[in-house]
Amino acid sequence: MRATAISEATTNDAAGDAAATVADYLAKQESKSFLRFLTCGSVDDGKSTLIGRLLYDTKLIFEDQLAALERDSRKHGTTGEDIDFALLVDGLEAEREQGITIDVAYRFFATDKRKFIVADTPGHEQYTRNMATGASTADLAIVLIDARQGILTQTRRHSFIASLLGIRHIVLAVNKIDLVDFSQERFEAIRRDYEIFAASLGFRSITAIPLSARYGDNVTQPSANMPWYDGPSLLGLLETVNVDDDLAGKPFRFPVQFVSRPHLNFRGFQGQVASGRVAVGDTVAVAKSGVTTRIKRIVTMAPDGTDLDLDQARDGQSVTFVLADEVDCSRGDMLVDPQAAPVIADRFDARLVWFAERALVAGRQYILRTETDQTAAAIAVLQNRIDISKLEEVKADTLALNDVGTVTIAAQRPIAFDPYRANRATGAFILIDRISNQTVAAGMITAQASGSAGQHRLFDVTQKDRAAIKHQKPAILWFTGLSGAGKSTIANTLERRLHGLGLHTYVLDGANTRQGLNRGLGFDAASRREEVQRIAHVAKLMADAGLVVMASFISPLREERQIARDIAGDNAFLEIFVDADLEDCMQRDPKGFYKLALEGELKHFTGVNEPYEAPDSADVHLRVKGRTPEELAAEIEAALKAKGLL
Amino acid sequence: MNKPLSHLERLEAESIHILREVAATFQRPVMLYSVGKDSSVMLHLAMKAFYPAKPPFPFLHVDTTWKFREMIEFRDRMARERGFDLDVHINQDGVEQGINPFDHGSNTHTHIMKTVALRQALDAGRYDAAFGGARRDEEKSRAKERIFSFRNSSHAWDPKGQRPEMWKIYNTRVGQGESIRVFPLSNWTELDIWQYILAEEIPIVPLYFAKKRPVVERDGMLIMVDDDRMKLQPGEKIEEKMVRFRTLGCYPLTGAIESEADDLPGIVREMLIARTSERQGRLIDRDEAGSMEKKKREGYF
Repeated sequence: MRATAISEATTNDAAGDAAATVADYLAKQESKSFLRFLTCGSVDDGKSTLIGRLLYDTKLIFEDQLAALERDSRKHGTTGEDIDFALLVDGLEAEREQGITIDVAYRFFATDKRKFIVADTPGHEQYTRNMATGASTADLAIVLIDARQGILTQTRRHSFIASLLGIRHIVLAVNKIDLVDFSQERFEAIRRDYEIFAASLGFRSITAIPLSARYGDNVTQPSANMPWYDGPSLLGLLETVNVDDDLAGKPFRFPVQFVSRPHLNFRGFQGQVASGRVAVGDTVAVAKSGVTTRIKRIVTMAPDGTDLDLDQARDGQSVTFVLADEVDCSRGDMLVDPQAAPVIADRFDARLVWFAERALVAGRQYILRTETDQTAAAIAVLQNRIDISKLEEVKADTLALNDVGTVTIAAQRPIAFDPYRANRATGAFILIDRISNQTVAAGMITAQASGSAGQHRLFDVTQKDRAAIKHQKPAILWFTGLSGAGKSTIANTLERRLHGLGLHTYVLDGANTRQGLNRGLGFDAASRREEVQRIAHVAKLMADAGLVVMASFISPLREERQIARDIAGDNAFLEIFVDADLEDCMQRDPKGFYKLALEGELKHFTGVNEPYEAPDSADVHLRVKGRTPEELAAEIEAALKAKGLL
Repeated sequence: MNKPLSHLERLEAESIHILREVAATFQRPVMLYSVGKDSSVMLHLAMKAFYPAKPPFPFLHVDTTWKFREMIEFRDRMARERGFDLDVHINQDGVEQGINPFDHGSNTHTHIMKTVALRQALDAGRYDAAFGGARRDEEKSRAKERIFSFRNSSHAWDPKGQRPEMWKIYNTRVGQGESIRVFPLSNWTELDIWQYILAEEIPIVPLYFAKKRPVVERDGMLIMVDDDRMKLQPGEKIEEKMVRFRTLGCYPLTGAIESEADDLPGIVREMLIARTSERQGRLIDRDEAGSMEKKKREGYF
C-alpha cells in the first residue's frame, strides 16, 4: 500500500539507509500473494464505481489523476457534487459520455497482504464477450447487485458464464444498501435468492457482503451503518480468500510454442508449463505420438546473458527444454506426463459461448485454436442451447450473439486436451471465422465425443426425466471426517428423514462397498485414492439415476475430495464436514481401530499416523460436540433447502 | 520448488509467453524500441525468451530528431552490445518541412514526427506485428486495450470493436495490410518495472538518474536544454539543477523532476512516495482528457 510505503521509507530514513529500506520493501512486495478477479453484474449496479472506490481507498490515485477526476466529474459525472469514481475506470471517451462501461478495463492495486489485478467488465448484454474476456483469466468474481433491484437477468447470465469459465469463488456484493436504509431483511432475501439460483453452478464459496460503493460502507472498512453485519469488508475478504487451484499437483502439461534451433547442436522446445512439474531426467511423452524421451536440460538465461539451467520446472514458468532424444515434436504438440496423458481426439463435446453477430452455422468450417495448436473444425452437432434465466437446456437450431450451448466439434485432425473442468489451460479453445478473422466463440471441452455423427445422446430417458418422476432433485452428499466422527450415523439419520419425506436415497460407505466393489483394496494412499474415485463414479451414476446419494468416507485429503467433486461433474455436490475432536473419536472408537493403530497394528490410519486435512470451505460444516445425530441431520436438511435441492 | 512463482517471476513468464507467440505465428514481427526503461525491460525479456538464440525479429526506433542526445548514444551502444538488428526511421517529409515542437506545438510535432513516422516505417517494413512497451497502469485508455491489439490497414485502433481475448489463446490472424500491436508489458506496473531493472541489473539511460543538468522553467515544467536548437523566451534563464526524468521522449516535451536519486534504490524510494503519476511529465497527454485515446486511434502506440 502506498501509504505504508511512505511511512516505511520516511521513518527509517533517519538511519540513512535508503538502500536497505528499499530492499526490505521490495522483498515484501515479492512475497505477497496474488489474486485476479473481476467485477460483473447488471448495468448500473455500480461495478466501476466500486473499483474506483477500492483504488481511492487504497490510496492508489495520484494527485494529477484526482484533479482530472474532479474535472471530469463536473463535466460527465452522474453523482451531482460528489466525485464520480466510475470515471476513474471508464477510460474510453464513449464510455465517459454515455456513463456506461463498454469494454473490460484492467486495474492494478496492492495492499500489505496481496497484489490484485481486477478486470472491470461491462454489464450490458451486448458486451457479454468483453465480460467473458475478463472472466477467462480470473479466479474470483464479484457479482454486484443493486439492493433495490435484486437479482436480474444479467446477474444470472454473468454468474453462469463465470461458472462456465471455471471461476469457483463468488462474492455477492449487495450494493447501494444505503438506498434501502441498510436493511438486513432486504440483504438476507437477496442472499437467499442468489444461493438458490446458484446451487447448481458448482461454486466452492459464495460470500455475500452488504455495501455502498459510493459511500464506502464495508468496502475497505466495516460500516457503522450496519451493526447487524459481522462478516468481513470486501477488501478484507479479497485479501484472505483462498482460491488455490493446485496447478502444481496436476499432471505435467507443456504446450510447445516454439522450437528454437540456433545451430546444429541445439534444439530447444520453448513454452510455458501449463500444469504440474518436471525435473531433469524425468520421462516425458510427446502427446500426439506417445513417443517418450527424457528431459536433458531446462535452459533459461542469467541476467548477464549466459546459461542458467534449472533442475526443475513448474506450472507457470516459461522455459526451454532440451530432450534426450531426437523426437518429432513441433508447435501445437504437448510434452506430458506419460502416466497421465491427455485425451487425443478429433471429435469432442464442448460448451460454447457465441461472440459473433452472425449466428452459428452447424457444419460450417471454422479455425479452432487451442493455446498453441490450430486446426480446421466444424460444429457437427448443436446439442442444445442453455436458457440462462432458467438454467435449462433447450433445443436449438443455432446460437446467436451471447448464447451459450453444448456442441460436438469435429476437427480435421486430432488435438490433445484435458476436460476444461480438470485443466483450464489445456481444455479451452477459440473458434475463428476463416474469412473475417473474427473470434466467433470460446469453447470449453467437456469430454471426448462418443458415437457416430448426429448421435449425441445414447438413451432417450434423461436424468431430468428420472428425477422428475421421483419429484426430487438428484444430489451427491459427500461426508468427510475422522474415523468415529459419526459420518455413517448421521448419514443414516438423514436418510431416514429424507425417506420419510418421500425421497429416493442411497448411502454408500465402507461397509457396503468393501465387500464387493472395493474388495481387495488396501488402506495405503494409492488404494484410498482409487476407493474415492470408484465411489465418486458410482455416486455419479446413482445421481444420474435421479437419486439423492450419501457417500460416507474419511477421505482425509483435500485433493481426493476435489477428485470426487470433479468426477461428479455437473451434479449438485455438497461436501459435508463432520467435525469431531480426535480425542472424542479415540474415546468412542466404535470399531476398535484407534486401539489397533496406537498399538502399531494398523498402518496408514488417519489421525494416528496419517494426516487429516480439514476442508477450508465445506458446504456444510457440522460441529458434532454435544449434539445429537437428529440435530445434525436437521442442519443438513436446512442446507439442502437453502440450496433449492429440497 | 514448492513455493509458487513470485510476482516478478509470474510477470516475466507471461511476457515471455507473449513474445514467443508472436515469433511463432507472425510472418514479419518487429519490436518498437523507444530507448526508455520499458523498452529496456522489453529488450531484456526478448533476449531471455529466445535464448540461446537471438530474438528472431528486428528492432525499430522512430527518431523524431528531438530525442535527448544521451538516448541516441545509449541506443547505439545497446544495439552494438546485444547484437540486435536496429532500424532507425525518421520522417524525412517532416524534416524537410522543418517540423519542430517549439514552432508547431506538441500536437503537430508528435503527430507528424511520431505517429505518421511510425505508420511510414511499419508500411515500409510490411510488418504484421509490432511490439510496444505500453502498460495498462499508465493511462485510462491503455487499461482498456488488449494484449494483442488489432489495427486495420490504416493502423487505426477501434476501441469499441476489440476482439475478445480469452485465456492465453490469442487470435493472431490478420488480413492483407492489417496488423497487431502486441503489448508484452500490459500487466506490469511502474513499480514492477523498476523492481525488475534492479533484480536483473538491466542497463538504462543515465537520464533516469539525478545529476546537475541545465534546465529552464517553462509552462510549469522543467525542460532540459539539450542542444542549441532550444531558444530562450524573454524572462527565461538556464539554471543548473539536480534533476532526473521519470519518462523519456522528445527533450522539449519532457519535464524533469528535481531529485537527489542517483541510483536505483533512490529512484524506487522516490517513486513510492510520489504523489503524481509518471505521465504527468509528458506534455502530450495533458492537452485534454481522452487525448491518448485519440492518438491511439490515429495509430500512435
